[in-house]
Amino acid sequence: MSTLDAVPGIVAIAAVTVATLAIGTWGLRISRTTSDFMVASRSVNPRLNASAISGEYLSAASFLGVAGLVLAFGADMLWYPIGWTAGYLVLLVLVAAPLRRSGAYTLPDFAEARLASRAVRAACSVLVVAIGWLYLLPQFQGAGITLRSAVGAPSWVGPVLVGVIVLANVTSGGMRSITFVQAFQYWLKLTALLVPLAVLLVVWLGDGTPGSGAAGAGGDAAWSMPLAGDGGGPGLYTTYSLILATFLGTMGLPHVVVRFYTNPDGRAARRTTLVVLVMLGVFYLLPPAYGALGRVYAPQHAGSGSDVIVLELPRLMVSGLGGEVLTGLVTAGAFAAFLSTASGLAIAVAGVLSQDVTSRGPRGRRIGGVAAFRLGAVLAVSVPVLTALAAPHVGVARVVGLAFAVAASTFGPLLLLGIWWWRLTDVGAIAGLVLGGLGSGIAVAHTLAGEPVDGWGGVLLAQPAAWSVPLAATAMVVGSLLTPGRVPGHTRRLMVRLHTPEALGLDRA
Amino acid sequence: MRAPTSRPWRRQHLGTEADRATFRTLHQASLASPALRAGLTADSAQRSIRHLRSLLGTPALAITDPVAVLAWDGAGQHHADRVPSLVAATIEAGGTRSFDRVDLPCTEAGCAVRTAIASPLLVDERIVGALVAFAPYPTAGLARATDEVAAWVSGQLELAELDASRTRLMEAEVRALRAQISPHFIYNSLGAIASFVRTDPDRARELLLEFADFTRYSFRRHGEYTTLAEELRSIERYLLLEQARFGDRLEVTLSIAPEVLPVAVPFLCIQPLVENAVRHGLEGSDGGGRIQITASDRGQECVIEVEDDGIGEDPDRVRRALAGDGDGDAVGLGNVDARLRNAYGDEHGLVVETAPGAGTRVIVRVPKFAPGVQA
Repeated sequence: MSTLDAVPGIVAIAAVTVATLAIGTWGLRISRTTSDFMVASRSVNPRLNASAISGEYLSAASFLGVAGLVLAFGADMLWYPIGWTAGYLVLLVLVAAPLRRSGAYTLPDFAEARLASRAVRAACSVLVVAIGWLYLLPQFQGAGITLRSAVGAPSWVGPVLVGVIVLANVTSGGMRSITFVQAFQYWLKLTALLVPLAVLLVVWLGDGTPGSGAAGAGGDAAWSMPLAGDGGGPGLYTTYSLILATFLGTMGLPHVVVRFYTNPDGRAARRTTLVVLVMLGVFYLLPPAYGALGRVYAPQHAGSGSDVIVLELPRLMVSGLGGEVLTGLVTAGAFAAFLSTASGLAIAVAGVLSQDVTSRGPRGRRIGGVAAFRLGAVLAVSVPVLTALAAPHVGVARVVGLAFAVAASTFGPLLLLGIWWWRLTDVGAIAGLVLGGLGSGIAVAHTLAGEPVDGWGGVLLAQPAAWSVPLAATAMVVGSLLTPGRVPGHTRRLMVRLHTPEALGLDRA
Repeated sequence: MRAPTSRPWRRQHLGTEADRATFRTLHQASLASPALRAGLTADSAQRSIRHLRSLLGTPALAITDPVAVLAWDGAGQHHADRVPSLVAATIEAGGTRSFDRVDLPCTEAGCAVRTAIASPLLVDERIVGALVAFAPYPTAGLARATDEVAAWVSGQLELAELDASRTRLMEAEVRALRAQISPHFIYNSLGAIASFVRTDPDRARELLLEFADFTRYSFRRHGEYTTLAEELRSIERYLLLEQARFGDRLEVTLSIAPEVLPVAVPFLCIQPLVENAVRHGLEGSDGGGRIQITASDRGQECVIEVEDDGIGEDPDRVRRALAGDGDGDAVGLGNVDARLRNAYGDEHGLVVETAPGAGTRVIVRVPKFAPGVQA
């Protein structure tokens, strides 16, 4: 790659980094006088909050991975964007408002509020860290391939660079106005996909709407038909497993849940979720289009390097300055995707680590709040960065899919049963968390180790959700029914608070 | 293997038979005490009764309040409806009483509940319930043991009463704090409003409404916690009224991260700090005072800072105020500190940075979530 080719990428990455740091630092520096007090004490409105949630949620997997998967594996992969959006539908209908009304900030907080048990809280904390690390890993790997593709840097540069920026941002006590930063990132990502796509579609129309066959790729029918390969066997299982993982996994992502706290009440939480659904729905229309265009113009990428298709396509289809500008734009979007998701996750993981691990210094000394948080942030970022450097590249969307599977097998049942079933006990919850976590964890370890297993065994391990979610839910139900005496005394009162609309005048204390 | 001699450390480790019996008894008592420290309710009776019964070693045990059975553990539950009359007799006697087969008629063969010993539970010399132990035969040992266990339970219940009265004291202090809107503030505000009635009637009307809203919030009766947004709204009204009085002499800047507005904070925990800041800030200089209120998002925590550039304070005096023996305006500080510690634990007390002539900064750190804290 010539140095000239690297210019748009470097400019884009620098611009995104500077904009992010600037908004994070000065977004709220504009001091207000008393006459603006009402402005200062007004809470974040649902649209801004929804932009922020979407901005934090749309990760490297969404920005790069989906297009790559569609390019390589065809229509079956459309379930990824559908599931990642529909997860918010489940969240909207079943979880958002009660979770907000519970007053919980993190998932361990919810477990403690609902079950009054330190043990369940500890189990949840471990899982939050595990899911956070698993989700951070593909972000850093994605950063590696992005920088290699855009700037020609060696693949270790991306993870280290994003890791350092995120760490600097999080530990400087920065991200003061994180809501504005994340909201900005959503619109940046949307623009960065939408504008190039519009240009590319014009080029495609100008070329006379060629199908993929024209570009010489075979098997077009198999590519565009879902489940074309094997009728109703492993393919069908994989699809249903993916649906279950994504639908139930969203609610168990640590960086998603904490953002709901910003809503003033349950009603606002619902409205926010509704707007998020619309925003994600619009966004996810775009990456599959890149995949399909890639099928036409860059079939050679359908093999191992499919994750970079979004970055390579503008250059392949538009030559000259126009192509360079579009490349810069998608690179900026991709970089925003790593930064926003990685920052959100790093804060969530660092928070849990600082509360439960790093605040305990050697020989029983307690470490103060800020120091503990910084130490937690270093741990939260360095572990996945080092893993990203060491582990083989598995595919950005696949690893994120596994993080969803773990979340769906643990927090999914915990939240649904915790909110809707008063008989849930701490013993049942722990049984479910341990079984679901172990089951999906084994699958993750197997996939990351990269040793293929043939036949159904391999299929079950590649997509564990379809068996690990029911396993966890059953364990929670059976464990709870076996220990009816351990239903916490405050359960009924809590249930009333979780499920009563704010409009009702009711003493919730 | 000659177990006793080959492992001498074992015997030493666990002590003699009598020691072990003591340990067992103390252990059972320690298991029962956390529940009892919540006071005498059906729930606490239910959770402690199993341990109390194994302490006494009787086939059945009941814990009652003066009129009804709260919990029953062991066999012979069909006698439960007879217990209230036994308790009534015990209360009448005012001390431990035993009951024989005549008092507990039974037709069931082999029923172990044939005689009973009832001992009253006393809190502040007042009978709040009874411990009723059942056995096939009456023994003096059981009577003595029941009496002692009832006395121990009474002790635990008195401690619970002590906890409750400490909480009530705290609540009373909050109420006092509410009623403590300083009289100076009330007549100064009304005076300031009155001065606008002729020159600017619209402003006077607005200020009066603000005053009404401010007092409504401060005199609010329900709820120990509120959201930071509510507390800030009340502070805004307070500052509007103060600014009506002082005009440009009082300069207030705010920077509030919107993410922390929904955080639950103890009711009226920031406002006293702002009142102190206004007073100090204006006392300090002739030109007027500057006050800065900041609320920032620190992940799991929200940090609220109230800063003034006034005369500052002697750190020793602040330390005394936080320890609880302050005077005048320091009462507010000590109260806020105590309530923060009570709600979130000792590491969340007030932090005051001050020195004479150097202004004052008060820092409050509130976790976004704490069990039992809900606005």
